Amino acid sequence: MNLADYRRAARAWLQANVPADGHPETDPIATAKEFMAKLHDAGYSGITWPRQWGGQGLTQAEERAFAAESRGHALPTYVFSIGLGMTGPTLVDRGTDAQRERFLRPLLRGEEIWCQLFSEPGAGSDVASLQTRAERDGDHWIVNGQKVWTSVAHHADWGLLLARTNVDVPKHKGLTMFVVDMHHPGVTVRPLKDMSGRANFNEIFFDDVPIPDEHRVGEVDDGWSVAVTTLLHERLSISAGVGMGGQKDDPTSLEALRTSVDTGDPLVRDELVELHIRDRALALFNQRLAQETEAGIFPGARGSAAKLLLAELTMYRADLATRLAGPESVLGDHPLARAISMAPGMSLGGGTNEIMRNIVGDRVLNLPPEPRVDKNVPFKDLKVGTQG
Amino acid sequence: MKLVLDEEQRQLREAVRAFLRAASPLPKVRDGYDPQVYARLNGELGLSGLIVAEEYGGAGAGLAELAVALEETGATLLPGPFLATAFAAIALAATPDKELLGGIAEGRVTATLAFRAGASGGQGVLDLDGAAARGTLERVLSGMEADVLVAPARLPDGGTALVAVDLAGPGVARTPLESLDLTRGQARVALDGAPARVLGPAPEVGDRLCVALAAEQLGVMRAALEAIVAYAKIRVAFGRYIGSYQGVKHKLADMWCKLEQAESIVRYAAWAADESPDELPEAAALAQAYVGRACFEVARDHLLLHGGVGYTWEHDAHLYYKRAKADEVLLGPPRVHRARLADLLEL
Repeated sequence: MNLADYRRAARAWLQANVPADGHPETDPIATAKEFMAKLHDAGYSGITWPRQWGGQGLTQAEERAFAAESRGHALPTYVFSIGLGMTGPTLVDRGTDAQRERFLRPLLRGEEIWCQLFSEPGAGSDVASLQTRAERDGDHWIVNGQKVWTSVAHHADWGLLLARTNVDVPKHKGLTMFVVDMHHPGVTVRPLKDMSGRANFNEIFFDDVPIPDEHRVGEVDDGWSVAVTTLLHERLSISAGVGMGGQKDDPTSLEALRTSVDTGDPLVRDELVELHIRDRALALFNQRLAQETEAGIFPGARGSAAKLLLAELTMYRADLATRLAGPESVLGDHPLARAISMAPGMSLGGGTNEIMRNIVGDRVLNLPPEPRVDKNVPFKDLKVGTQG
Repeated sequence: MKLVLDEEQRQLREAVRAFLRAASPLPKVRDGYDPQVYARLNGELGLSGLIVAEEYGGAGAGLAELAVALEETGATLLPGPFLATAFAAIALAATPDKELLGGIAEGRVTATLAFRAGASGGQGVLDLDGAAARGTLERVLSGMEADVLVAPARLPDGGTALVAVDLAGPGVARTPLESLDLTRGQARVALDGAPARVLGPAPEVGDRLCVALAAEQLGVMRAALEAIVAYAKIRVAFGRYIGSYQGVKHKLADMWCKLEQAESIVRYAAWAADESPDELPEAAALAQAYVGRACFEVARDHLLLHGGVGYTWEHDAHLYYKRAKADEVLLGPPRVHRARLADLLEL
């Protein structure tokens, strides 16, 4: 099937299977799981994943085509976005066959929910300075520590956990990746309210939680290279909108604003023109990346630029919309009050704008790296986190 | 929609790039227009005939290919009437003239086009009386270098026609203008009974000019960014390469983001010009509204990041900066493109 046909089929399927009025709010998790099974039966779950693990064995071109078609629909797949966009692809790339066999199909069918356990209170942008420990105990590892900003952890069955296994070597060289059972005693999930008032992320505490060695992903002390794989997938999936669906009736869109603000005012008109210009500039960049991918050119670190631009556009749109709408936009349950509260999230989750600029500078433009004082110091001698 | 160059277009880009690198290196552009470079550019690469239809001796390519060529001539700040001739060829594609198109395709004739630049009408108006043209055009792109002027002219009956005037012929007074852009000039062209040939109805090609100019601007910004990225890798301050400072690195990353988006828009607009005429007006206005500004911002920041040396006459940074500014306002004050977008979006 060529890409145009694929797109048409996807469009038709979405039209027929995603209810136009959104899904009932009664049990969103059950709804999401049911929808994922339908999505998998139809062949739209795990589009790029190998067929033997339940995927479709297609390319990023089909994945981006489906994501683009999904943008007009409110897919109820949010709780699966971490698994589909980040932890799953990491297991595809770096897991053992036994891990792939055990975890990938249930993820694609919506039977199990995943979260990603990297960031800590003292380790955000500098995630390799994390302090959660995993210590070997026979054929198990014992985990102690704290993670934070963990999206959907309160629904998660499994987590991809990055932990320190060696403090006598420099920080990047003493990390190991694991799959942890989020229901195991000793795992405490505490919802963390974000600035929009919702609790979509959490802090997680690990108290003597055992992990069998067969749930280790990659070699001991080689967890950083696995994490880099995950982070690359994260930025690409955010920019491509994998597993995200879209937002119906986005109150910050040009279409919404043109009906609610006075376009007879030339100042307003020019602001809306600017909004259109920025929307189109990024949309066309994303389409170009998708076409390059189709032609076999992998976007790589350029995905970080797409993520940076999306974060800036999201912030700009909510900011502009509230300025145009005026005083009522910050009162009550006005949709723009929600939009302006949620807008900063995109600039922080998946790496801050500053980190994205570092990545573009270092890996796209090949600029000289910043001198580092932490590269060759054993972790135990390093200053990390917040210190007076 | 096609946003990625195909194999043939990549080959064209490589050929033009390699040629210009050797034939028109940056140190040479201050010497101005070199007809010998054009003779080879048109002879060896056939660039002047790129968008001329095959029946007139050209390659019959589209704006997508012209954009590839203009990106490269922009990147090297090629002096002379290349863009002007491309503008004229765009108008002549709509109102064909065998003699002129043949001359352009063969590289024998360089041309320029009078166009409206914003609501003010811009350059001026010509009147045609019989076979004689009268009137003054205030700012004609490459007016001193071009052989032929292609321009709309008012007819005695109130209509408008596209005419061609031999700029070296009688009744033509050309005055070079001092221009900010040191690599490409403009001229005041006064016609007083100059012999003019009517080619046909005056076509509406403003959108295509917007796309062609945006392609040149894409090249200008790419070259400016490449220059400052290269410098940031060799210039040391406080014991470190300046490119390692986030104050510099982050700015370069933002400039690169503008370049990526500009390229996406140029490819889209060129595709629309060739394949999807309904989308062209909006794509063309978008191209000038985004790329014109982005080009100047990148050229400006590339100059500033060079530090004091970037402010010197000797350094090339100001050549890019000035071309970027001249290009940004060439087709009218940038607000005209934004106003056009507003109209097209029915705001």
